[in-house]
This record gives sequence, structure tokens and C-alpha cells, in this order.
Amino acid sequence: MKNLKQAFFTLASLLVLYMVACKPKNAGNAVTGDAAAKAYVAPGKYDDFYNFVSGGFSGQMSVYGLPSGRLLRVIPVFSVDPEKGYGFSEETKPMLNTSHGFVPWDDLHHEDLSQTDGKIDGRWIFANANNTPRVARVDLTTFHTAEIIELPNSAGNHSSPFITDNTEYVVAGTRFSVPPDNVNGDVPINSYKKNFKGTISFISVDKVTGAMNIAFQLRCPGVNFDLSHSGKEKSSGWFFFSCYNTEQANTLLEVNASQRDKDFIMAVNWKKAEEYLRAGKGEKQSVRYVHNVYNEKTHSATSEIKTEVIVLDTKTLKDICYFIPCPKSPHGCDVDPTGEYIVGSGKLAALIPVFSFTKLMTAINNKDFIGDYDGIPVVKYESALYGEVKKPGLGPLHTEFDGKGNGYTTMFVSSEVVKWNIKDLKVVDRQPTFYSPGHLCIPGGDTRSPNPKYLIVYNKITKDRYLPTGPELAQSAQIFDITGEKMQLILDFPTIGEPHYAQAVASDVIKNSSVKFYKLEENTHPFVSKGEGDSKVIRKGNRVDIYITAIRSHFSPDNIEGIKMGDEVYWHVTNLEQDWDVPHGFAIKGALTGELLIMPGETQTLKWVPEKTGMYPFYCTDFCSALHQEMSGYVRVSPKDSNTPLLFNTGKNLPPNDSTIVKN
Amino acid sequence: MKYISNLLAAFVLVTFISCADATSADPAQTVSAEPDKTAGGQEAVKDNDSEKDVVKVAVASKDHTTLVTALQKADLVTALSNAGPFTVFAPTNEAFAKLPAGTLDELMKDSKKEDLRNILQYHVTLGVLKPESFSNGQTLGMVNGDNVTVGVKDGKVILNNSVHVVASVPASNGIIYVVDNVLLPPAK
Repeated sequence: MKNLKQAFFTLASLLVLYMVACKPKNAGNAVTGDAAAKAYVAPGKYDDFYNFVSGGFSGQMSVYGLPSGRLLRVIPVFSVDPEKGYGFSEETKPMLNTSHGFVPWDDLHHEDLSQTDGKIDGRWIFANANNTPRVARVDLTTFHTAEIIELPNSAGNHSSPFITDNTEYVVAGTRFSVPPDNVNGDVPINSYKKNFKGTISFISVDKVTGAMNIAFQLRCPGVNFDLSHSGKEKSSGWFFFSCYNTEQANTLLEVNASQRDKDFIMAVNWKKAEEYLRAGKGEKQSVRYVHNVYNEKTHSATSEIKTEVIVLDTKTLKDICYFIPCPKSPHGCDVDPTGEYIVGSGKLAALIPVFSFTKLMTAINNKDFIGDYDGIPVVKYESALYGEVKKPGLGPLHTEFDGKGNGYTTMFVSSEVVKWNIKDLKVVDRQPTFYSPGHLCIPGGDTRSPNPKYLIVYNKITKDRYLPTGPELAQSAQIFDITGEKMQLILDFPTIGEPHYAQAVASDVIKNSSVKFYKLEENTHPFVSKGEGDSKVIRKGNRVDIYITAIRSHFSPDNIEGIKMGDEVYWHVTNLEQDWDVPHGFAIKGALTGELLIMPGETQTLKWVPEKTGMYPFYCTDFCSALHQEMSGYVRVSPKDSNTPLLFNTGKNLPPNDSTIVKN
Repeated sequence: MKYISNLLAAFVLVTFISCADATSADPAQTVSAEPDKTAGGQEAVKDNDSEKDVVKVAVASKDHTTLVTALQKADLVTALSNAGPFTVFAPTNEAFAKLPAGTLDELMKDSKKEDLRNILQYHVTLGVLKPESFSNGQTLGMVNGDNVTVGVKDGKVILNNSVHVVASVPASNGIIYVVDNVLLPPAK
């Protein structure tokens, strides 16, 4: 009887299994049989697109090829990377300096590729540090972080680093409002409404060099600035920021910041702000922040401490900022390629409001306001609204555009991506994502000129999409082919850290200007060795500078004696190769640091303080040639008071009598 | 006993075949090279170890069979199995039975799916509202876009003056409050 019961139970389980396994999902989930072919890039072939994906809490940026989803590179930006020596070499340590000191980690959420006339120009990509507020610029000829600027008066640099459509500015808005840096921040937390301010930074970008500079900051009401996007075409000169916690709650935000039916999109007339700046309406504020620049000729970064910023007060300078009511804690704030439509995605809202720039301008001109919020005029919702996408799904987060009249919005709660028509606001297609999507990306999908072949969705949770790897599973991206009316899922691929926003661009825009090596004759590093003849060891007191070269397949010098306890040893390794893809690595036993990874023509320095006497091998870590295993050396460490003479050479330090050969 | 085994075997076979039919029009094609089109959302993840989500809690309750059927009918199982977090007001079978005769049957018709979704989404708000976070006169914005008014009298929570919270059950992705009446969205 028991068996019978068991059998029935099994039967019942099977039935359930059957239902789950064969449950037809909605009809839109159907895929045609060519997904694999669409994502397949044959061995030896290039991908069509670069995909720059934020690394989230890894602090780095990753580069994938599309449509294959192959990982091409991880670019260290805000976190140390022992693999590449980033933050460990003397040259790169200054990149991570801040007003708080050396910060070895951050949380990189968003990226924006530089544009010229609304088109991605492939020169630089910007990235934000969310925790200790900074913006970085990565050079796309070298895929190296070229510059990092810290942001004063800020905390939680989330609505960043979005750029204007000619890369005039990179913006940075505070997610966490805080008391400004020039006043005493030692105040009760519950005095938020009185003491806390939101700050938005406009960082200018030099047209030729890309050099960043905080042109001005806007002092705004204390709310949480979440995301932003620039106006374009007709709305060029404007910037739009989503704001939540307009309740100005300082505790249990999950409840207390969700009270109001509508928060805001803040429209910023930055051309007007520039006018005020030129008219001298800015206040000089005493602050302290750090600006780090990497020089590709000296192959070294420098940190500069800056002490002043110009602040424009948006409460008194009336016509810079306007609030547009936007339902329920808006997250994404996206502007369509024509610049006419501004999409706010209220993550707790049951609809997606689409605002009209033309109507907004009319409303502002007619002073069609319902009042003000902390001195900023609030435009009447209906007066700025073009229309609402009704019942798009649950938990709308972010929108990108295809330039063919459609918006694509991720739905976090209902785990889907929804394509909708901007003109009639009707849903065209919806496809499930697995699971809980955050950002999404169409190549150029936030510019005037999208290249709408693929849509990539970046997911927060993957549960059973990949082989289990313990409590934490792979973070994930999914590629949809969007060339047809219906979106077609063609590939899942795992990502590093946590993917937030991403950018993608046709490979032709970048690949031809990729640097292959650094010219040795242009290397002005103060400790460069331009040939093996320059290699040497110089002692000044207890500081020892070792000028060492690396070329297939030896170091020069590779035998060093006369190092003593108490010495500070600097290994200045110059890679003499002038050939593509031949970095050399450098590591020494017991070094309390990372390795060096030295690009051809580059000089990098490892600081080493020996901790006991004895023999220390060093070697090349990056497999460079058939004799890579031979590419090594020894350094001898003697007691502090020893009289071991300084010795350094390669191939000359032979035994007095050739004692290794046994003579018969 | 042997008969039952045969039955089982036959059943497995049938399942297998019907599955294959559903997933691949051409069995000669390499099915594995294509996305799994039968995969559901997070509700289909096989995990009997973790704390139950709000859907699994409801499925395990004998008093909420009507609600579970309705959630399935309204295609809300995937959403409620996700990260949330959700506060779900879960009417009991009795609560559904209190609706005017024929209402429920009507709502379960394919043609009324949007109405059913609207009603069910009126029972969900995003965020975890602990019992102590309810206050008299509080307004809750529900997933369908309408509001629910909270009343607290003698420590008891009443929604829209008519729906009583009778129990709370924590879940991995939120919290369920068992309620004795169905919340009806305001007429438009």
C-alpha cells in the first residue's frame, strides 16, 4: 500500500515536472532556429562590435566582443589589479589617490563613450566611481585609464558619467545628498532637510586632449539624484536627471522614500548655467579634491590636490533648473535620438511617462508651474507630458532607443524587456529575460545615431542559467537580435563583477586606432633604460634604483649583489620590445605587492623592501617566447653591515674556475 | 504493482515525447544550440533548500488555492518569484468566496485577464512592510497604480476600511499578509 502511495506520489511529481518543463511560455518567447548562427563568430574572426560593460563592485570595466560575448579585456579603473600591476606599480599608485588617501577599490556603475556631433567618436570612455565620488576617462587607443578626477561636495556619484552630445561636459550628480564640504558635516542625521544638499558637477572635457576639469557645480535641493542623460538635437544644451527621495528621508528609505506619488525629473539648462558662470554669478568654494593624470610619455601618473570649485546656487539663479513630476521613484532617465522625448522610468510605477521637450519649453515659457520645491519651479505634469506607456510591465528601469521610433525598457520586477513605439506609446513586443534585468544597451542607443543590430540586457540574478558555483552565481548579459519586429534572444554570456550600464560601438570606430606598442624613443620616464647599455644599479644611501631591461628572453642585469637589509629597492623595468602584444611581466619572491606587467616600450617600477637576507629569484610572468622559462635572474640580499660589493650584469657573473664541469 | 510500474514507464515516455515535440520541430536539429524556449522564469528554478518565496509560500497554503490559481491565470507567478521585495496581501479561499456570485468565474475567463491582473496587482506593493511599519492613515501605492489606505485600530490592521489582516508570513522575497476579503481597486 505504501508502495502504491509512493508510486502515485511519483506520478504526481512527474505531472508537475511535466507541467513546468513543457509549460508553453507566452507566444513571444518563441525563437527561430538561427540563434546560434547569429551569435557565432568563427575562430580567427573579429566581432562586429565592442561592448564596454561596467564591472560594478569589481571597480573595473570589461570589454566584450559582440555578438560572440567573448571577454577581450578587463581594464582596471577604480580598483587595484595585481595582474596588471595597477595600483601596485609606483607609476599607477597615484591614479587611486583621493582626498581620503589611497583608495584601492570602488564601485563602477556607468559608462559613456565620447561623442562628436552626437556620434560615438571612439576616443574615450568615461566611467563613474559610485562610492568615493570620481569620474575616470579611459583612452581607447591604449585601453588604459588616463585620468581620474574626484568630486567635492558629493557622495554616491551615481548619476554619472553621462556626457553632452559633443562631449563638452561629463556630469556627476550625488546619489547621497550631504552637507557641503565647506561646512561642518558633524550635524544630526535627522537634520537632512536643513543641512543636506544635492550637488551636480559639470566636468569640462578638452576637445583635443580629453583633459577633465570641474567647470562648475550646481547646488541643488537635498534629494537623491539617480541617473541622467543629455538632451540632443533640439534639446542640446539641456540635461535631465531623475530624482528620488524627494521626501528627503534620512532613514528606512525603502519605506520612507516611497511615500510620494511623484518624484521628479530635473531639467537643467546648462547653457544658462554657463551664462551665469561667465557673468561671475558663481561662488568660489573652498574644497579639497584630487585630480590624477597618467602621462603616456613618462608612463607615470601624477596627483594634484585642488582646493577650489565654483558653485552656482540653483535656488537664487532661477532659470537653470526645473522639476518635472515623475511617478514613483524614477530610476532611468533617457532621451530619444531626436531629443524630443524624455523617458522617466519610475521603478515603482505602473506606467512609463514620456515627456515632450517642446511641451516642456512651452510650459516653462508660460510659467505653467504648480509651485516650487525648495526654490526650484515644478512644471505641471500634464503640461510636460507627451503621454504614458500604459501597463508596460512591472518595475520599469532603463530605456534605450533604436532610432527607428522605438524605445526598449527593462522591467526589473516582471523580468522582461519591452519594446514600445514612441509615437503611439503602444507595446510592440515583450521578451522574458533571465532574470531581473537592470540596464540595457543598444550600440549608440543613447546617442543621436543608434546602430540597432543588437540589444544587450544586463541581469542582476541568474539562478539556474549557468552551472552552479556555490552561493554566488555568474552575473549575466543577454544578447537579443533586434533587426526584426520581434526581439530574438541569441546568447547568454557571463560578466565580471556586476554589470550596470554599458556602451557598445561598431568595431571599426575603435580598432584601427588601437596602439600596438609605445615608442621607446618617446619614453621620458625618469628611470628609463633605452637599451641594455643603460641598465645599471645606483645606490643613494639606503635607496637603490635598479634600471633593468626586459627583452626576449632575458633581463639586464640578471645577477645583482650588494643589496642590504634596510634598503628600499626600486625595480625600474623597461620593456625594450617594439612589437605588438609582447608585454613582459616582472615578479620577485616575497614582494608584498603585485606583479608588474610592462607593455612594449614602457617603464614600470616595483618597490621592494627585502625582509631577510638570502637569495631572491625574479622572473618574467608573461609567457613571451620559447625561452620564457629562462627569463629570470637572482638578487642577493646581505646583512645591513656587510661589505658585499655592488655587482650587476648579465652573462658575466661566472664562477672563478668553471667548477660546474666535472673533469675526468 | 507491476502494472503501476508499467503505467509509470509509459507516462515518462509520453512526457518525453510530448516534450520533444513541443521543443523541436525538427528532431535532427541540434536542439542544444538554441535557447531553451520552454524555460520558465525564476519560478522554474529547482531549489528546495532555500527559504520559500511568496509564491511558494502561497502554494504551500491550503487556504490560498484560489489565489494561486488566479496568479497562474494572470501570469503573475514569474514576477512574484523574482527578487522583489514584495508585500503581498493574500486573500484566503473564503475571502474569494465572499465575492458576489459568479464574479470569480467571470474574472477567470480569458477575456477578463487584464481585470484579474489589475485586481491581483492591487494586492501587491514593492517593499517589505513589517507589521510595525503600518500606521493609521498611511497610503500604500500598489503595483497596479492605485492606492490602498491603511487603518490601525487596537493593534489590528485594516485596509480600505474593510479588509482585515489576520496573519503574516515572512518569505524570502518579501512578506505575505493573509487577509479576509479581496481588495477591490477603486472604480475608474
